[in-house]
Amino acid sequence: MGETLQLQKNRILGGGAKKRVCVVTGTHGDELEGQYVAYLLAMALRARPELLDGIVDIYPAINPLGINSINRSSPLSDLDMNRLFPGSADGNTTEAFIDAVTRDIRGADICIDIHASNIFLTELPQVRVGERMAKDLVPPARRLNMPIIWVHANATVLESTLAYSLNELGTPTLVVEMGVGMRITPAFGEQLTHGILHLMDHMGMWGEKVRITPATLVGRDRHVTFLNAESSGIFIAETRVGQTVGAGERIGFIADPVRGELIEAVTSPAEGLLFTIREYPVVYQGSLMARILNN
Amino acid sequence: MKRQTLFTIDTIYRQPLAVEGLFFSDAPGAEPAVAVVGALRGDEVQQMYICSLLAGALSRLEQEGGLARGKKILVVPCLNTFSMNIGARFWAVDNTDVNRMFPGYDRGETTQRIAAALFAELRGYAFGVHLTSFYQRGNFMPHVRLWETGYQDAALADGFRLPYVIHSAPQPYDTTTLAYNLQIFGAQAFSVYSRNTSTIHEKSARRALRAILAFLAAQGCLSAAGAEREGAPADPAYPDSAAPLHIAADALLTVLSTHGGLYFPSREPGDSVAEGDALASIRDPFTGEEKELVRAPAPGRVFFSHEGNLIAGHDVCFRIIQE
Ligand SMILES: [Zn+2]
Repeated sequence: MGETLQLQKNRILGGGAKKRVCVVTGTHGDELEGQYVAYLLAMALRARPELLDGIVDIYPAINPLGINSINRSSPLSDLDMNRLFPGSADGNTTEAFIDAVTRDIRGADICIDIHASNIFLTELPQVRVGERMAKDLVPPARRLNMPIIWVHANATVLESTLAYSLNELGTPTLVVEMGVGMRITPAFGEQLTHGILHLMDHMGMWGEKVRITPATLVGRDRHVTFLNAESSGIFIAETRVGQTVGAGERIGFIADPVRGELIEAVTSPAEGLLFTIREYPVVYQGSLMARILNN
Repeated sequence: MKRQTLFTIDTIYRQPLAVEGLFFSDAPGAEPAVAVVGALRGDEVQQMYICSLLAGALSRLEQEGGLARGKKILVVPCLNTFSMNIGARFWAVDNTDVNRMFPGYDRGETTQRIAAALFAELRGYAFGVHLTSFYQRGNFMPHVRLWETGYQDAALADGFRLPYVIHSAPQPYDTTTLAYNLQIFGAQAFSVYSRNTSTIHEKSARRALRAILAFLAAQGCLSAAGAEREGAPADPAYPDSAAPLHIAADALLTVLSTHGGLYFPSREPGDSVAEGDALASIRDPFTGEEKELVRAPAPGRVFFSHEGNLIAGHDVCFRIIQE
């Protein structure tokens, strides 16, 4: 009451081309890395309007109520908004809002959906692509200046994400995961902003060459090793994302502060690139501590 | 009754979460007949309460020889004391919903492991009954719900003798719920919805108890007379039905608000309404001026009503069964 739920969008136009790029973020209210990308991209486009030929729509907050209340989900229904796509015009307030989001983005030439990790994990910047769309999505994903592309299996439960729904509707959508929840990692934001401009250059929408680091690794599920805690305690990380680890190398440990004991040494079973690390120290049996892309 | 810890999960600075099961008719060689699961979420007090009523009824029947030999019944009143004890609906650490983690994964995240451990205990039972709550805050008429997985035997739902059986086509988001997965893995599973969630509503708890006892009798776990005695008295507001109405979830009529504001419903679940009847008034929260009179778009019976003194614009006020 006293306010209306609004979807904010910054449309930046240049030249006469009809090509359209959508940059979407803030579906999870506790993921803020995309806020910096939205800002950097809008600033870059405004600074050099003569270079833009096409339409760029920036949606900084798909879950405005969540961002305003440090809530991952929509506080109206306590449901993950990225499990409610494509929404429903006859549904409740949240479902009807999501329906409007889907219809607004639909038809774009490409959509980039930026996520941070949650508060528990730090992620090396990566693009996530469902197996079924890999053929179409890996080539544009390579242009985004992200060190990893993870091609994952299509789980039924993921069919209600923004990316899956838009891909089904014929709008190619790339999911970026980077950094950590509730924080901004400026270097990652700059890296992705360069990537988006580089992709736009390839689409003929940006009149300037943008250099990127071309060394993108493409990994499939079978190349990814998960390290989950077998004990509950306090996890102390001894490595950072982006480091290469050897087989048997210790990447951290779980401590028992009551007894002053090391409960569990966490070692990498394989050689590879550490691309996920536990950020939030309290762990329970099962908590994810690290992910490694095997060499 | 045999009370037994099914599994434990270690925590830090709290005692391990121990999930308990109550077994009835658990003689050697008994076949696993019916598993009843209560609160998976920390606010499902009503659902846990219904299990406690059921445990009392089954204990009395068991002591006097009123349970069928060889048909084992398992009741799991609460999976999530870890969250219930601190007033959290979802898993208190990472706010994930255990009822979106089935069939679980024993090498995965904590809530996936909890789901996997519970699911392993429930495997093999011919029937599963899950007392659950809806994601939208509101009140329901007591009813049975089943997923249209292709494996469902809808006629079995009549055994609850509740007036309505709702058939839901699973959305992607639903494929990780307990009832859906029990069905996929070979059981006949039903969800029973009672009126409330976080507070006890005595009448509808008793109605759910009566329904579950009737279902157990229909499966031969106890006699009809035993079910009748422990389920008494019958509730005149929600009488037993020998031939319940089967309805598709998307056939329910949704009545939406246009404006947000103070919300004053004048009808409740179970009420029968005529087309054009006033159902609720939405008023300006500061001046009290009526912004909207929510009316019934068609005749029928109120099945679901929004709960709370405030409502948002474009929100669900009611769902109505068209009769
Ligand atoms: Zn996210």
